Amino acid sequence: MTTKTTRTTKADPTGDVRLTGIAKTYGAFTAVHPLDLTVPQGSFFALLGASGCGKTTTLRMIAGLEEPSSGTVSLGDQDVTALPPYKRPVNTVFQSYALFPHLDIFENVAFGLRRRGLKSVKKQVEEMLELVQLGEQARKKPHQLSGGQQQRVAVARALINHPKVLLLDEPLGALDLKLRRQMQLELKRIQTEVGITFIHVTHDQEEAMTMADTVAVMNAGRVEQLGAPTDLYENPRTTFVANFLGTSNFIEAEVDSKSGDEIVLKAGGGKLVLPGARCSAPASTGGRVLAGVRPEKISLTHADDAGEIPVGRNRITGRIADSSFIGVSTQYVVDSPVCSDFEVYAQNIDRDPRLVPGAEVVLHWNPAHTFGLDASQDADAGVEEAV
Amino acid sequence: MSTLTEAPPPLAPEAPEPKPPKRRGRLTPYWLLLPGILWLLVFFALPMIYQASTSVQTGSLEEGYKVTWHFATYWDALSAYWPQFVRSVLYAGTATILCLLLGYPLAYLIAFRAGRWRNLILILVIAPFFTSFLIRTLAWKTILADGGPLVGALDTLHVLDVTNWLGWTAGDRVLATPLAVVCGLTYNFLPFMILPLYTSLERIDGRLHEAAGDLYAKPSTTFRKVTFPLSMPGVVSGTLLTFIPAAGDYVNADLLGSTDTRMVGNVIQTQFLRVLDYPTAAALSFILMAAILLMVTLYIRRSGTEDLV
Repeated sequence: MTTKTTRTTKADPTGDVRLTGIAKTYGAFTAVHPLDLTVPQGSFFALLGASGCGKTTTLRMIAGLEEPSSGTVSLGDQDVTALPPYKRPVNTVFQSYALFPHLDIFENVAFGLRRRGLKSVKKQVEEMLELVQLGEQARKKPHQLSGGQQQRVAVARALINHPKVLLLDEPLGALDLKLRRQMQLELKRIQTEVGITFIHVTHDQEEAMTMADTVAVMNAGRVEQLGAPTDLYENPRTTFVANFLGTSNFIEAEVDSKSGDEIVLKAGGGKLVLPGARCSAPASTGGRVLAGVRPEKISLTHADDAGEIPVGRNRITGRIADSSFIGVSTQYVVDSPVCSDFEVYAQNIDRDPRLVPGAEVVLHWNPAHTFGLDASQDADAGVEEAV
Repeated sequence: MSTLTEAPPPLAPEAPEPKPPKRRGRLTPYWLLLPGILWLLVFFALPMIYQASTSVQTGSLEEGYKVTWHFATYWDALSAYWPQFVRSVLYAGTATILCLLLGYPLAYLIAFRAGRWRNLILILVIAPFFTSFLIRTLAWKTILADGGPLVGALDTLHVLDVTNWLGWTAGDRVLATPLAVVCGLTYNFLPFMILPLYTSLERIDGRLHEAAGDLYAKPSTTFRKVTFPLSMPGVVSGTLLTFIPAAGDYVNADLLGSTDTRMVGNVIQTQFLRVLDYPTAAALSFILMAAILLMVTLYIRRSGTEDLV
């Protein structure tokens, strides 16, 4: 892209996407519940969710391909809700690309420029094809290109129009794992280079976390939680987010006492400590909360060595039900009285040969890594939807 | 996992060498082709050879015909009946264009807008085939009857003045005029236009329309730049399926036309069945075939879709 775009768009709020109370219903089915969302100019924003959660519908409403049942879509100061797609300064990279099969790569990329009446497109198209490293393929037809190349044509075809916002609808879904990783970095590079707002729809949590600055996790037509990837991962506010992004272990516990910033929980005869700041549920003494902890935060010690565990750590006893060695780490499933399938990921630094299925163990972790959620939700929400 | 320290399980016994594939089945494709080839041989190749030999015979019905390599029959037939040839191409061409103009919007509607009515409309397109071709053409005789409501309406609206001026109709009659023949041809061959058009339109990925719209193409531009080019295979096969049979048709000219609207098909029919001049009829058939082949080849070249048809 030209340097001009990069310069002018950085501080300029005209690329903000603002959705106000936007909703979509099909008859009795609500695909998207009224949604307010602001995507700031220049950010890489991901809409993450399982299929049917409304993420693609939301994207299509921004593109103008779907008419919202209520609410408005604004780009910067302009309300574009009533504009047809061909009048919106927005371009889309479609799932499975939708390249024009009768046009060669050059003409595919030039399509948008020609429609806007530009006569000399050669230089721009060639520059754009260079950016996506497809200069050599200009005169080929889409079907002669590999999946990864077609994907780059789709990006080039959209980007060449200098849209205010680039919408990406599962753009990497059709690629194999290795190519997908490569394209994730490529897209991230292009986004940084051109400084355009990217809104990326995906069901792949890893993809969303690697690429996006901000992720909105959607479930059943609603945004469950919105934030930076680390924030979502470390401080999930619902069990759906906790399970959809990575894996979480939940212990249903009773609030025993609150002292200062700490909440003490009672679970299966033992006590757990939860930092008050990390509890998103109202915790009144005697009430119930779900105490969650990520598998990689937990250490595993054989029951015989329980005495060596430092004081002040949350601990739970159990028996190893299963273990699988995956190279960098070993994943254990531990059967404990408070949770029947506690997952623990242990780095393979010093492997204790006694930690085999059937062994009695103590699970322990720093209390700071515990988070508390409302116990009225399903602890398994989002487990099946996660990839 | 727990067995890491144990010895690995013994390797599976080595698989036996795969046997070389049997030769049986190499002839299968030819066996499968056989019925088709036989059919073509008996019902296409043999009659063609027979016709070809008839076209260069001389003689009379009483004395019998002999192959005398009398190629002059071709030249004589062409010089005697060239107006009918021109008329055939003209009528069939007009009917084809009308079919395209009528058929394209309908095919587009069925492919993209019909929703749950799609199958019903498709059945309605094919439904006329349940009735005989002759009956349907005779029905047009009633529709276009002199003094009938349609002709009366056309007269009142002064449409007939225009068509008279163009030489398509004569006086206050539509029946027995070129217009009637072209109407009959258009009606009878319309499904052959609609079905291939529908098939090629229906294959177009709807997301391509969205992509074009997303890339600043107005709906009309999307049609011109994306939909129509992608439907070219259907346009080509539809026009061929309409033009070729229409150019050889004689029923419409026979039932709806007059002696002034005779097409080459009518001449061939008369030569075969009334005059019993078999060589001329055979020669005319071959000239028609050659002319159509030539036109079709030029057309396909021009539309640049050799690989799509």
